[in-house]
Amino acid sequence: MLNVIFLGIAISLMYAAPLCFTALGGVITQRAGVDNIGLEGMMAFGAFAAAASAYFSNNPWLGFLIGALAGGILALVHGFIAITLKGDQTISGIAINFIGLGLAIFFTRILFNGMASTDALQRKLPKVFQSLGFNFEKYPALRALEIDITVVLAIVAVFIVNFVLYKTVYGLRLRACGEHPAAADTMGVSVSKIRYSAVFLSGIFAGFGGGAMTLAVISHFTPTVISGQGFIALAAVIFGNWRPIGAALACLLFGFAQALAVLLSSYTAIPTQILATLPYILTLLVLILFVGRSVPPKANGQPYFKGEA
Amino acid sequence: MFKRILKKPITAIFLALIFGFIAGALVLWAAGYNPFQAYAIMFKSVFSKPKYLAQILVNAAPIILTGLAVAFAYNTGLFNIGAEGQYIAGTIIAAMLGYFWKLPPFIHPLVIMVIAFLAGGLLAALAGWLKNRFGIHEVISTIMLNWVVFYINNFIANQPGVQVFGSVHSHEIRDSASLLFFSKDYLRSEAGRAFLADKPFLRDILRTALSWGIPIAILLAILYWFILKKTRLGYEMRAVGLNKDAAEFAGISVPKNVFLSMFISGGAAGLAGAVVVLSYGLYISILGAHEGYGWDGISVSLIAQANPLACIFSGILFAFLRFGGQLVQASIQAPSEIINIMIGAIVLAIAVSSLLPRLADYLARKEQSNA
Repeated sequence: MLNVIFLGIAISLMYAAPLCFTALGGVITQRAGVDNIGLEGMMAFGAFAAAASAYFSNNPWLGFLIGALAGGILALVHGFIAITLKGDQTISGIAINFIGLGLAIFFTRILFNGMASTDALQRKLPKVFQSLGFNFEKYPALRALEIDITVVLAIVAVFIVNFVLYKTVYGLRLRACGEHPAAADTMGVSVSKIRYSAVFLSGIFAGFGGGAMTLAVISHFTPTVISGQGFIALAAVIFGNWRPIGAALACLLFGFAQALAVLLSSYTAIPTQILATLPYILTLLVLILFVGRSVPPKANGQPYFKGEA
Repeated sequence: MFKRILKKPITAIFLALIFGFIAGALVLWAAGYNPFQAYAIMFKSVFSKPKYLAQILVNAAPIILTGLAVAFAYNTGLFNIGAEGQYIAGTIIAAMLGYFWKLPPFIHPLVIMVIAFLAGGLLAALAGWLKNRFGIHEVISTIMLNWVVFYINNFIANQPGVQVFGSVHSHEIRDSASLLFFSKDYLRSEAGRAFLADKPFLRDILRTALSWGIPIAILLAILYWFILKKTRLGYEMRAVGLNKDAAEFAGISVPKNVFLSMFISGGAAGLAGAVVVLSYGLYISILGAHEGYGWDGISVSLIAQANPLACIFSGILFAFLRFGGQLVQASIQAPSEIINIMIGAIVLAIAVSSLLPRLADYLARKEQSNA
């Protein structure tokens, strides 16, 4: 029994970590006033870039960073459309989703002999206890609790983003740009610079999320490795009331739903396909219960025209 | 003159297409392919056989329908990105009723299409209800419903009695449910072969799954255009989309219109699913990934600037690009995902199409201040 509980916790955390990175990106960009529905595509592109670069360099850490950078670069395209050209942010996000997945599969086919998936990695990102040299022989029950290093990184990232958003000047300015950009502008804050940095960071975090999928959860890129996580992360942002810690807890809940689906399929006779709908139905239920109570940033999704406050 | 051209929607679409081709060329070039050669193959081979053109129409029918789904909702201020799931709902209905029900020809496909429309419509209307009742944004709820329906499809296709033993798909639909112009049996029969003997053009295009799907898609486009622009219902829906509060103040029920608009929108996507199964899909399979008809519908509608009539042309354009991409992959091995990148670039350009009228106004203002 204890074993099952430990396993449940470990699986929850495993699925939550990629969502959590991406949701942090969602919080940052929306708090700055730029909607980013393209997180899914940035995750996919990041997942590919991370897996491919880790495969060829045989260094998963380098892959993790390159994946993040790839997400960030794609985000800058969205930023250019949304901030400089003041285009439609929803449509741009949809386009980014096409381009992200399209680029990922296109270059996978070129690098891996026409296959849509990359080959399996030799080295994944390490596990926590294993890298600490923990002796499982002594405590075999704890083996089920072994977690990916990305889980720890995601938790650290939550507190860093929380600190930056609420305790630093940059965070204050960023939130001002999302609530009342004209006021921020009047106080001498460059709205477009802040927003560019926020969109770039959201892509970086989505890239980390993608990399966490391909470098830790599974060990290669496939066209379906990112299947709705970007959108679930957006739901987590709403559920978490646009706060880093709230969003992280929401991701944990979605991770728990995944774990429940995995465990129930091995301990009950409920068909796996029905269990697979659990995380999505849970997302809807959670939104039904909480969405009325969360308040989005006022200027989210609206381009800022100087002088037309 | 120049400023007037800038304000026309067609200008934005035209520029977006050019941008898409340039972006595609850059990626092809970066990957070591000759973009001119790739595009030349695309245009030349598509027009080389009547069969290929017929195939493009076959492929266009479902994405015109999913495009209509997205476009209709868009006109009423709603973004239905769940056309994918509503499409799957339609395929499930078509595959099940096409196999388990025994009805006479003509009536069989008609009944199936009506029920598939209802299934897709109700699924989308559920998202409308969630928006009305709980304030959940339709973008999130329809995405979640896409995945729920996706796994329900896999569950159904996996059931004993539904699944063909030892395969990963359901039984084929009965011939009575087919939407094809001529049944395959007739074309293979003596009479059929005699009929086609002196008609090489017809014989060639009937090798594809050319069906009533394309006329149905065109008729529905005209109907949706009519509802939106010429009826009281359409006027009310558009009013809700333009300004919810003003519409409410004028006595228009916002929840009712959101619900109805989502229903009409999802119905078209459900119909798309039925058209595919009844024309050439013939069954449902255990899916590994979304087939993408709904996502293509989003791009079709955005390129058509949400005009139902324009969806016909953008759907055909889209089918042309996708089919051309496959021919390019077959001949020079450039991955056909290049088309996804091009489509993404086209949509990206559409996102900034509001720039053109703004540019026109800016030029006009500048002229005035100079004068």
